[in-house]
Amino acid sequence: MDVHEYQAKELLASFGVPVPKGAVAFSPDQAVYAATELGGWNWAVKAQIHAGARGKAGGIRLCKTYHEVRDAAQALLGKRLVTIQTGPEGKPVQRVYIEVAEPFDRELYLGYVLDRKAERIRVIASQRGGMEIEEIARTEPDAILQVVVEPAVGLQAFQARELAFQLGLSIKQAQSAVSTIMNAYRAFRDCDATMLEINPLVVAKNDRVLALDAKMSFDDNALFRRHNVADMHDPSQQDPREAQAAEHNLNYIGLDGEIGCIVNGAGLAMATMDMIKHAGGTPANFLDVGGGASPERIATALKLVLSDAKVKAVLVNIFAGINRCDWVAKGVVQACETVDVKVPLVVRLAGTNVEEGRKILAESGLKLITADTLAEAAEKAVAACQGRLAA
Amino acid sequence: MSILIDETTPVVVQGMTGDKGTFHAKEMIAYGTNVVGGVTPGKGGGSHLDRPLFNTMKEAVKATGATTTITFVAPAFCADAIMEAADAGVRLICSITDGIPAQDMMRVKRYMMRYPKDRRPMMVGPNCAGIISPAKAMLGIMPGHIYLQGKVGVISRSGTLGYEAASQMKAKDIGITTSVGIGGDPINGSSFLDHLALFEEDPETEAVLMIGEIGGPQEAEASAWIKDNMSKPVIGFVAGLTAPKGRRMGHAGAIISAAGDSAAEKAEIMRACGLTVAPNPSEFGSTVAGVLASRPERRASV
Repeated sequence: MDVHEYQAKELLASFGVPVPKGAVAFSPDQAVYAATELGGWNWAVKAQIHAGARGKAGGIRLCKTYHEVRDAAQALLGKRLVTIQTGPEGKPVQRVYIEVAEPFDRELYLGYVLDRKAERIRVIASQRGGMEIEEIARTEPDAILQVVVEPAVGLQAFQARELAFQLGLSIKQAQSAVSTIMNAYRAFRDCDATMLEINPLVVAKNDRVLALDAKMSFDDNALFRRHNVADMHDPSQQDPREAQAAEHNLNYIGLDGEIGCIVNGAGLAMATMDMIKHAGGTPANFLDVGGGASPERIATALKLVLSDAKVKAVLVNIFAGINRCDWVAKGVVQACETVDVKVPLVVRLAGTNVEEGRKILAESGLKLITADTLAEAAEKAVAACQGRLAA
Repeated sequence: MSILIDETTPVVVQGMTGDKGTFHAKEMIAYGTNVVGGVTPGKGGGSHLDRPLFNTMKEAVKATGATTTITFVAPAFCADAIMEAADAGVRLICSITDGIPAQDMMRVKRYMMRYPKDRRPMMVGPNCAGIISPAKAMLGIMPGHIYLQGKVGVISRSGTLGYEAASQMKAKDIGITTSVGIGGDPINGSSFLDHLALFEEDPETEAVLMIGEIGGPQEAEASAWIKDNMSKPVIGFVAGLTAPKGRRMGHAGAIISAAGDSAAEKAEIMRACGLTVAPNPSEFGSTVAGVLASRPERRASV
């Protein structure tokens, strides 16, 4: 799960990571009021979306007067911001963050990631702050410093100290950096984060470091024990179909093809999409209905897939293990009775009780296209989508 | 022979008295698995499905001599259950549980390092369908009837895609020595590599099918190992050719986030390391059949 910059900063601040003074606003009036409350003469008005590269896209505006703050908030709120990370449709800006702009001397990079290869937390730092880490890795791999954390004891002060001195900080600056590196690690560990990026971490005029921007992602599997994090969820930043699917505990990812997919199991769902492409079609979505594909779940999944106007055919592919095909077939029949299906529906059942399942579909009187194998199902779905095959 | 489990392997079910534990324990017993007991804290001394129940893994292992455990424990408590099993001295821990926090798995993997290599238990999963040695024993949640006993080893991250492969192979009369689901999480107990090494040593296994997916370095590591160490032919596949970058495709670990994570890149690495890559997921059966038919020994004997 992703959170907004201001939420990540609130969290980090609660662990002792220094951040600039700031306040969130949902309207231009609130933005001006926030600026007056914060005080100072320079503010950054920052669009809050779940994506980076906002600065280059005009999502961060520096303001010197209350009027400018109001204009900036007005210009950003209610619009969709398109950055190189959002895709062409952009993300809606419903909140702006007003922050006191601090003068600084240097920009550094500080990141934490759950490293799958090492199966440990990896700390990454660089003197080249403000740049994308991928770009630094490509152009100047030697400028990237790394430390792997031993999970039994956690990050040690000496590791943070080594990083601070390798970053070329003075003794005074390094003291501030060490406590920041340690505190940010604690925030990562204690909130079950999977990614934390402070870019830039700036060295302010008073020799203290400050997190000027912050980006955090969290482990969905750990939200049950991190209520403070779970409460930060902002469904407006998700594809509306994905938000709807999440409410029903369905795993849905919207794509831009024409064949809707309803499959049990993530691996088989990916393979089904691959088969559709192999057969010359394009998948409209990834959808894993999971192990217990009850009639209600199949019906919900069908409604969800059909709500995509681009869908011209639907492929249901269920390999029943714990599930039984007769049960899934009943679900498909029941779903077709409650949902108005205007596009061809291809159903492939395999596994436990497959004969009973096929019999139920055949006797239902529904206009279905059935298939026995994965290849046949994909070919029929593509043919039906192109109008070459009807039930 | 088979790897990891056979009909004699004594198995304890952790979380046996829950709904899922009960359902699958029954299925495993019906398949022929030697289930010797269950562990549910607080229910020790009782019995369930005609098997004794214990409060702790240590009691269960002491009383039954179990060497293997399967966990049907809720995600929040599963890491604890796995470490308890390791500490009780079992050899094999299979975890079906989906949804264990990644940092919990990180601690589990670190905990396993406490044991010297020869005493370190093998862990399969989490978030997997389990292990089956057809016609011998099933340690998992798969439909047993789709697996035919035979000479091919199968390793798959995904459960249902492993079923798809098994049924395609059965349709071509190709059987399996053992099928292992290593799970869809970012941090697994064991990887392709661990099981490839076992299949290489297993005299009955003649070829191995490994089914990967997008995300993580495991397929590439395994491919490099195969190139240098494996004498038996390996057939590979990577699901997720159409998956967009940066999106988590159902499995917590199925996300393209780094270079080398995509299906096309992994398939290319497999080919470069000498694996035969199935062109699409409907050709597991035919690709395995082709590889078996073209083995040099076979040609020599014909």
